[in-house]
Amino acid sequence: MAMYIFKRFWMMLATIFIIATLTFFLMHAVPGSPLEAERTTNETIQANLEKFYKLDQPLHIQYFDYMKSIATFDFGPSIKDPNRTVNELLERGFPISFELGIITILVAVISGILLGTLAALRHNKMIDYAAMAFAVIGISIPNFVLATLLIQQLAVTWGIFPPATWKSPMHMVLPVLALATGPMAIIARLTRSSMLEVLTQDYIKMARAKGIKPIRIVLRHALRNALMPVVTIMGTLLAGILTGTFVIEKIFAIPGMGKYFVDSINNRDYPVIMGTTVFYSAFLIFMLFLVDIVYGLLDPRIKLHKKEGDV
Amino acid sequence: MTGKQLADELSRSRLEDGAEVDPVLHEGKRGKIVSPKKKRTISSEKILEVDDLHVTFSTYGGTVQAVRGVTFDLYKGETLAIVGESGCGKSVTSNAIMGLVEQPPGKISSKGVHFKSRNLAKLSKKEMRKIQGVDISMIFQDPMTALNPTLTIGEQLMEGVKQHKNLSSAEAKKRAIEMLSLVGIPNPDERLKQYPHQFSGGMRQRIVIAIALICEPELLIADEPTTALDVTIQAQILELFEEIQSKTGVSIILITHDLGVVAKIADRIAVMYAGKIIETGNKREIFYTPQHPYTQGLLSSVPRLDLTGGELKPIDGTPPDLFSPPSGCPFAARCPFAMEVCREVYPATTEKSDTHRVDCWLQDSRAQKLIEEGAFAR
Repeated sequence: MAMYIFKRFWMMLATIFIIATLTFFLMHAVPGSPLEAERTTNETIQANLEKFYKLDQPLHIQYFDYMKSIATFDFGPSIKDPNRTVNELLERGFPISFELGIITILVAVISGILLGTLAALRHNKMIDYAAMAFAVIGISIPNFVLATLLIQQLAVTWGIFPPATWKSPMHMVLPVLALATGPMAIIARLTRSSMLEVLTQDYIKMARAKGIKPIRIVLRHALRNALMPVVTIMGTLLAGILTGTFVIEKIFAIPGMGKYFVDSINNRDYPVIMGTTVFYSAFLIFMLFLVDIVYGLLDPRIKLHKKEGDV
Repeated sequence: MTGKQLADELSRSRLEDGAEVDPVLHEGKRGKIVSPKKKRTISSEKILEVDDLHVTFSTYGGTVQAVRGVTFDLYKGETLAIVGESGCGKSVTSNAIMGLVEQPPGKISSKGVHFKSRNLAKLSKKEMRKIQGVDISMIFQDPMTALNPTLTIGEQLMEGVKQHKNLSSAEAKKRAIEMLSLVGIPNPDERLKQYPHQFSGGMRQRIVIAIALICEPELLIADEPTTALDVTIQAQILELFEEIQSKTGVSIILITHDLGVVAKIADRIAVMYAGKIIETGNKREIFYTPQHPYTQGLLSSVPRLDLTGGELKPIDGTPPDLFSPPSGCPFAARCPFAMEVCREVYPATTEKSDTHRVDCWLQDSRAQKLIEEGAFAR
């Protein structure tokens, strides 16, 4: 296990390195620069500014400087907002985005599995049809459309929940609902189909022949096997939720990282783009690593500590 | 070959082998004849009485009559083999007794399935769970899929006793270790913590047997327990069955299509065809003097090492469609001796001896007269 984690650690570093490099060159390939403004600046001032931010240097020098900043995890000040460093932005925004993301994941996973399992156990009955109709709707409606609908109905018309910002648990309900519905629907459908398959397996029949209580058969014998495919797609879903937070944070005026990320790209604010991208990708890679660990815990046949030929 | 010739052939080999040895058990290990079976006592007490069991399944294509009136008894300590080709309803019969037929789409009706004077057909699912795994256990065909891949062997062994017998974890563990030793798994203590994929096929079948036996059931239903195993392992598993039966006195219903297996461990045989038991008898009666043309056909389609020359004789044709089974004898269409009446009316049961029963029109006194006149000579 230690060996596996060690290996994975280096692979994760390599991935981040590649992502950082790609982001850097893509960012510089996009026309425009952070210092371009609507009003024309004096040429000397422009040159001085470029010199100050080292934008006059050849690209490869900038690249090495930038790599150094990643290695030391010090991205320097934002160009648009020189009073703040990128690190400050991350420190302020990340906890909020993290909270939104984690709550969303928990809600999506727990309710998705519950719904899928219920549907499978009541196969071709009312609950099954209702759950799957709900799932199809959940998959089809994009989260930003759902968000506006929720704000319109639950916040503006009925006034049950506050429409925006991130202050109390009540504020969290709508953004989490908007963000969690899609992944929840996907998880529910997947859990249902894999549960239906597992329930026909010989070992379930054998557990029934042993006279084991139905609740234990579902929880102990079936669920764990049925969750394998769900864990497999968790990686993709995590990425989806992460990118979903950008939009949702914007709609609900949540002061998370997504706001800075989107703004920074519009402004070509190089340090902020680099900082947020590297941070986001590092976080996502770490979550994927956790998913792989969970996979190994769920299925004893998957050995993480295998000496040769592992991932 | 007729049953008569087969019987002669067999009795000849018996004379050569010595009286104590059952000549049917020719599969012997390492070239020698299998040792005579340990003496077991089969009491006259009936443990299971199945009376007129019907099982049907509703499908989109119509209703399949999988089991069409099966009646048999099982005595304490006895091994009854139910033989027949694929799709004849033998597995469905065992699943119905065990309460494993999902209703719907299945539908079970009977005049009673009595297990030690309790009518299993009348029990609720909850009451049935107190019998499943405790009084009646089941062994499944494929040990590669019968064990849950994500639970340790120990947990799968112990959960039954823990639930049914209210044992503590320590007691359950002790019991599990005993069972693993009984079925011949070395280092049971260590092995408990392992997962199914860490065992070979034969070992897994031993574990499945251990799980089935852990609550000390009185009836064991083995549904093709050796079909998925290779031949050397088959012999070991069959020996294990015999050993367990002599130790615990458990009654066994053995579902199989393998007549070699039947010859080795069965006391009594029920031959099933198209959802009905067409002939029952003890082992000698079925192997030496089979009465039903289907049983005769079945026996002469088995390869034998001791009979040189001649080819295997498959039974021509296929079993009838159980969506609309024929009103007469289901074997009539394939039977070389079929008469007009066979296609119209199902034959009554003829008792050839206390144990030997057969459903065939050839047993009718009028047909017997024809046989004497040589009408069926080939």
